[in-house]
Amino acid sequence: MIRTFIVFGFAVLLAAVSVSLVAPRDMDKPLLMELKERYSRKHPPKVDHSKFEELNRTFSSPSEVTRECENCHNLTAQEVMKSSHWNWEREEYIPGRGIVYLGKKNAINNFCISGKGNEQSCGKCHIGYGIDSQGRGFTDSANIDCLVCHDNTETYAKAPERAGAPLETLDLNNIAKSVGRPKRTNCGVCHFLGGGGNNVKHGDLETAMFEPDRALDIHMGVDSVNMQCVDCHRTERHNIAGKLYSLSSMNLKRISCEDCHTGTPHEKDILNEHTIKVSCQACHIPVYAKENATKVHWDWSTAGKLKNGEPYVEEDEMGNHKYMSIKGSFVWKKNLKPDYIWFNGTASHYLAGDKVVDPSKPVVLNQLFGSYSDEDSQVIPTKIHTAVQPFDPVNRTIIYPKLYAPEKGEGAFWKDFDWKTASAVGMKEAGLPFSGQVSFIETKMYWPVNHMVSAKEESARCEECHSRSDSRLAGLTDFYLPGRDRSPLVDIGGKWLLILTILGIAGHGSLRILVSLKGGRKEASDGE
Amino acid sequence: MANKQVLVYKGFERFWHWMQAAFIMFLAFTGFEIHGAYSFLGFENAVRYHNITAYMLIGLVIFAIFWHLTTGEYRQYLPTFKNIMAQLDFYLFGIFRNAPHPTKKTLLSKLNPLQRLTYFFLKIVLIPATILSGLVYLFYRYPSRNAIDAINIGSLKPVAIVHTAGAILLVTFLVGHLYLITTGTTVTSNLKAMLTGYEELEEEEVVEKDGEKP
Repeated sequence: MIRTFIVFGFAVLLAAVSVSLVAPRDMDKPLLMELKERYSRKHPPKVDHSKFEELNRTFSSPSEVTRECENCHNLTAQEVMKSSHWNWEREEYIPGRGIVYLGKKNAINNFCISGKGNEQSCGKCHIGYGIDSQGRGFTDSANIDCLVCHDNTETYAKAPERAGAPLETLDLNNIAKSVGRPKRTNCGVCHFLGGGGNNVKHGDLETAMFEPDRALDIHMGVDSVNMQCVDCHRTERHNIAGKLYSLSSMNLKRISCEDCHTGTPHEKDILNEHTIKVSCQACHIPVYAKENATKVHWDWSTAGKLKNGEPYVEEDEMGNHKYMSIKGSFVWKKNLKPDYIWFNGTASHYLAGDKVVDPSKPVVLNQLFGSYSDEDSQVIPTKIHTAVQPFDPVNRTIIYPKLYAPEKGEGAFWKDFDWKTASAVGMKEAGLPFSGQVSFIETKMYWPVNHMVSAKEESARCEECHSRSDSRLAGLTDFYLPGRDRSPLVDIGGKWLLILTILGIAGHGSLRILVSLKGGRKEASDGE
Repeated sequence: MANKQVLVYKGFERFWHWMQAAFIMFLAFTGFEIHGAYSFLGFENAVRYHNITAYMLIGLVIFAIFWHLTTGEYRQYLPTFKNIMAQLDFYLFGIFRNAPHPTKKTLLSKLNPLQRLTYFFLKIVLIPATILSGLVYLFYRYPSRNAIDAINIGSLKPVAIVHTAGAILLVTFLVGHLYLITTGTTVTSNLKAMLTGYEELEEEEVVEKDGEKP
């Protein structure tokens, strides 16, 4: 009786435990539906700019359009002129360095190195007109380029090497009448093409994202929710949320997946637990540069070769520049698995004039902080871009070369192909000492990958990290990862313990068989 | 000295034994996959089944503890060092000379001194250590953002090492255990007893059990 009771009780317990563990819990479905509904809504304009008499005229210059905007939006210029898009710098706090002003204005990267001294060319990605190295053009609100962000005709385009001015062939009247909420194209013309070509810099932001499909980006896919950049990069008074750590240092004004999806979006608790240490992106962006290749290495040291005195260009099998006389050699890659690092939202940067301590090692231009033991850190996917770039071996500083000038003879490398004069002119414009010597140094940059989110079916599987060989997290060795790590002592010791046990049994067993065979014969003879 | 068929292992005991055997073998199978030794079910399924089986084993162990305490059968596992050398001598030498078992199996003492010691270690040290480290492993919340400082675990490593070492020792035990099954009165008598419950014991021992009667 008691026995039956115990067995029955046990069976009930087993059943209850199994059901509670196996039964899936649908907790995220309503939230996902709500999000899809919310972000699929149209944004009808509050006013129809084409009806305004003021805009129904011909404009002789883009600044005239700006003036016309300001006539109604008469406080907006103040907002815009506080933004980093305008100032090309932002106040940042770097642990150990204090407050610094970081931005395109002064920072160094390992692509086109610096905008400093090259404003006329780089100004193509400034939201203003008439930018120059002396800082003129940052103070006059008539220089604000409202249209580059707010044109909704998708025809507005900046002219090359005109310090931010648009092409002269544009129909400014038509464009001015179209203005509205920024579309993917408005952001993309700069952010997809930074570094001098498509997908050079980010790897996850490129021209395929103008009209991506669901497979390329689950959020922005035109056959999915068709989200625009500004749906996530929410903007208040021209202050845009979200920032990239090539130029940021503080854990502020970031955008996170959790903002919409909550910190526990999975049906399975075991996945939700991962979010304490693993970013959403780490699993949900298993691959980037899905459509077009991105630049992973840039070697400036080979630049300057000429054919018949003329600069030339070579392409790789994907049609990307492999060599350019003005820029050096490149390595492009497609369908990349990200590199994973710990990141707590803070970073340090190489700033103008910083002395390189050990020039034999690659200089990390934007050191992202984080570790397993740091409770604010998560594993994030990044693109690592390496480069070989000009360096002053005497002052041990990275060189700001003068790259662009309209004419030969001004020292610009892209016209004169001489590193020494380009460095001397560039360093002078940057206000930095220069020894006259030019060597080359290896550098490294981390570009967090946040876009090109895949459908959940495509996200990284457990064993892509939890595996002995080829783990995605093979580079992060400061913690114990089940399936990847083991204690050699326990594993090898255990293996030998088992082997010796089996050998002992085999010996003992064979001896018994042998003895029993003999014994059997003995017994048999005894019987006789 | 007549022999008699006696119910040595009761119904629950056999149920518990075989369920535990099955659970531990399945846990080892899934566990070593999680450990990265091989790939069969896939990591996600291995973890899932390992966890479900772990809960079932814990449930079983709770019932077994209850049964052992209420029936007093736990006394079978209290270690004794009496005759332990004789038992060791038997396995190392006597068994090859067809010598009789040095200790007699009775209902009150169905385990020999080496079994007592081994099972005692198994039940008091090895299984609890493996289950407890497994529970910590299961409920480990990374360094838990210091939400509850007292249960903050800086690293999974020691937990994983204890759990893996426990698993390896359990597998080693299992291998030895499987072999020692064959060292009963006959090669199959121990296995039969654990399957049917009945084993042929010497009559006098049974009398001894009901010693007060005559």
